[in-house]
Amino acid sequence: MTDQVLTLYSKMILIRRFEEKVLSAFKEGVFHGTTHTSIGQEADAVGVISQLGQEDIIVSNHRCHGHFLAYGGSPRALFAELMGKPTGVCGGRGGSQHLHWRNFYSNGIQGGIMPMAAGMALAEKTKNAQAITAVFIGDGTLGQGVVYETLNMASLWSLPLLVVLENNHIAQTTPSEITVSGKIADRFKAFGIPTEEINSSDVMAISGLVGRLIADVRYYQRPQALIIDTVRFGPHSKGDDTRSQEDLQALMKTRDPLSIQASRIPQNVREGVDREVETLIEKSYQEALNDPDYDSLRGAVGEMK
Amino acid sequence: MTQSFLDSINAGLNQAMANNQQVVLIGEDLLDPYGGAFKASRGLSTAYPSQVITTPISEAGITGIAGGMALRGLRPVVEIMFGDFLSLAMDQILNHLAKFHYMYNGQVSVPVVIRTPMGGRRGYGPTHSQTLEKHFLGIPGLRVIAPFQWKGESQIGLPGQLLSDIIQTTTQPVLFIENKLQYLLPLLDDNNLIDQDCQDISSSYQLEIPFYRIKMRGAPDPTVTIAAYGYMSPLAIQAQKELAFEHEIFSELLVPTQLAPFELAPIMQSVKSTRHLLTVEEGAGSLGWGAEVLAQVASNLGGNFISAARLTGAEHPIPASRQLEEASLPSVKDIVSAVQKMV
Repeated sequence: MTDQVLTLYSKMILIRRFEEKVLSAFKEGVFHGTTHTSIGQEADAVGVISQLGQEDIIVSNHRCHGHFLAYGGSPRALFAELMGKPTGVCGGRGGSQHLHWRNFYSNGIQGGIMPMAAGMALAEKTKNAQAITAVFIGDGTLGQGVVYETLNMASLWSLPLLVVLENNHIAQTTPSEITVSGKIADRFKAFGIPTEEINSSDVMAISGLVGRLIADVRYYQRPQALIIDTVRFGPHSKGDDTRSQEDLQALMKTRDPLSIQASRIPQNVREGVDREVETLIEKSYQEALNDPDYDSLRGAVGEMK
Repeated sequence: MTQSFLDSINAGLNQAMANNQQVVLIGEDLLDPYGGAFKASRGLSTAYPSQVITTPISEAGITGIAGGMALRGLRPVVEIMFGDFLSLAMDQILNHLAKFHYMYNGQVSVPVVIRTPMGGRRGYGPTHSQTLEKHFLGIPGLRVIAPFQWKGESQIGLPGQLLSDIIQTTTQPVLFIENKLQYLLPLLDDNNLIDQDCQDISSSYQLEIPFYRIKMRGAPDPTVTIAAYGYMSPLAIQAQKELAFEHEIFSELLVPTQLAPFELAPIMQSVKSTRHLLTVEEGAGSLGWGAEVLAQVASNLGGNFISAARLTGAEHPIPASRQLEEASLPSVKDIVSAVQKMV
């Protein structure tokens, strides 16, 4: 077992436990609003983001907690953001879908993040920086036209943009078979963008492939698409899953990124990591819970602008 | 040679690009020898080849790309060829550019300027003649500017100087509204504005952006306030003269150049003494700029009512026929008769 095996595992279990905590705490009424969790898709977030460098940029979507945590974002700040507190990632203004920290940005409009990401890639290229931009979209995003405007320009202008499409085969509650025509890969290839596909929940396989793709994007300063066939185990939002739970259970047996990676780690080591992560999540949650909220600060901070 | 509004805009872009290499023009058909559909960027791709990006017909895409560029330190200037096409970029403006600063808790700035020409009287019909800025007024985080064709102190004239300054200094997205007919007009100054006095009164109200007051030279106190911007302001200047010379009605014309956030004080000040207010706008009027001006004036007046009216474009698409189009848009004659009815 290498250090990398354990590092990737611990990032993935951090995301899993975080998301589980989010879903259970929502039921207790701790959070205000809504959320989109990424249980089952942890290998995408960790596999891709573990291969990015410090100067690289990440643009994510409504389902962004996993990407944020994989990037190194603080679970406490993210809990606080979901709680709408001043200590949150964006002071509680953004909430679950609208995060910015260092070179990480997310927004809640599906296709709209594509031109934003391309613009960042263009800016970095203009500056002669070696930074690349990775943008995460889903199969559902493919319905919006601005995606194709962006692919066209990214290809024409040879932008260092890695488009990661997490195909979880479902957009909210609608299966992609009735929303996506043709082959997804063909949509990228039509613009002359090199496209790789991987049908896997194995973080080692994903990170290995992504490492190579990122090196190409950086070296050749051109776009690249990566389609990761994945499984969303949880609901779109909180309790809105209309799929057969039996089918999902069956998929969890073969497609759980945590089990796949856990099988490479000695049990005692893995259990140690699990305990550490669980402690961290609980501690982060409690700290966020204890952070002052806006009501308690009213008067102390003056006009909240 | 007389400087036109368009010359001024072109010079403003040129100045901003020369001063700051972070300034990048992005839009459709911008390259020389064409230089943009209305020629605002003529010469710029030759002078600054690395700072001009001509694009596919992708208004949403290029506006979003400009947002991403701005988040990473550039100062993009988007040209939307016709104001009518701004609707294609609405989501990027509303849900992306204008929101980033606030929703990311002040951690980012988004210095994007989006320029676009509005307006009719060119016979371009329903989708190339509209005045749509009212749909972009009142978007938190978005500043909307409509320059007046005053030469001012600047060599390149106010419209271009304002544009250049905004491009180089703004920290938030700005929608810069131009007008197709205004492009052709000469810049005004004390030499060619013969019978009227024009004064920038912004400093009296601590405004950053010019706000003009135009009065008949040597005339008695005005009895009516006319508020107009964009291409309606030169029409109102004509109307002000006609009202004075032919009807002995003296007016004070107020021309804001920042439409949003909205600045009420100069209009309030004028209305307090004239007791009459006419707003003039080229776009369809309901729920629009004039409505907001009148609502704010009314809510600031308490129980002291004034006589007020709105003159606006018709509440239907802009027709292509010359006669139908002319009948759909406010004219000098319409302004004169609207004022006559009030006083």
